[in-house]
Amino acid sequence: MPNDKCEHLLDDLSFYLDGKASEAVCAEIERHLETCQDCRVVVDTLNKTILLYRDLPQPSLPDDVRSRLYQSLNLDEFVNRADS
Amino acid sequence: MIETEAELLTRLQTNDKVAWADFLDLHSPHVYALALRLMKSEADAEDVLQETFASAYKAINSFEGRSKLGTWLYRIAYNAAMMRLRRPDAETVSIEDTMMAEDGRLIPKQLFDWCCLPEKEFETDEVTDKLEQAVRDLPDKYKSVFILRELEGLSTRETAVALNLTEGAAKVRLHRARLHLREQLSPYFTDLAEQGGYNA
Ligand SMILES: [Zn+2]
Repeated sequence: MPNDKCEHLLDDLSFYLDGKASEAVCAEIERHLETCQDCRVVVDTLNKTILLYRDLPQPSLPDDVRSRLYQSLNLDEFVNRADS
Repeated sequence: MIETEAELLTRLQTNDKVAWADFLDLHSPHVYALALRLMKSEADAEDVLQETFASAYKAINSFEGRSKLGTWLYRIAYNAAMMRLRRPDAETVSIEDTMMAEDGRLIPKQLFDWCCLPEKEFETDEVTDKLEQAVRDLPDKYKSVFILRELEGLSTRETAVALNLTEGAAKVRLHRARLHLREQLSPYFTDLAEQGGYNA
């Protein structure tokens, strides 16, 4: 990051990408992006990073782990209730 | 019939087994996902999962309903995970602050624009593994905020309550988590782009 302006704007990039930055801040960022290639790359790849995580599948709870959890609370009789 | 939280809570507090089974059905996948991402092994994640619900069971009568049940449960799970990670026999190596500038801020160093790789390059199991690994490698204080806010979909406020932070701190940590992740993932995607001949 070449200069102080870039660092200064960096703190607001999440607000900017989440649509939570004020109009003045958005304008300032957009003006800077017109002339700063490095910040454009950071904004593009930060945005893509956020989007990739939105699509990340939730890890699943394995059946055996789930069964042992129900057993640990004396709820064995309910483990397979959805199937019946 | 849709049950309110207050109704579920009342049933849980009277030790209604069906209510507890409902509660487990609803929340155990989320608690496990959090535990899996915080802990270093599936066995540890399972221990945290069981401890979380055992603690909730013991504490349910003192729960006053000031937050959502789910938020309360995430807080118990997070605390259980941290207790376990700090045990003397647990691995305590932290990469905390290794990417920080002197004042604790993260300055982007990876400056290749890989965002416009074809979509199919992002849709592989390998990428999913990279994304999960990058979360695991985050410093704990950023990791927990990122998981709850971005992966579990809590609001900033709920995230702050679950982790005992101010909303301002949660926002700053979320931003730093994202910057870390971008930095961690960039070399991998840059390689993919170069191998595929996609030069930005
Ligand atoms: Zn710049």
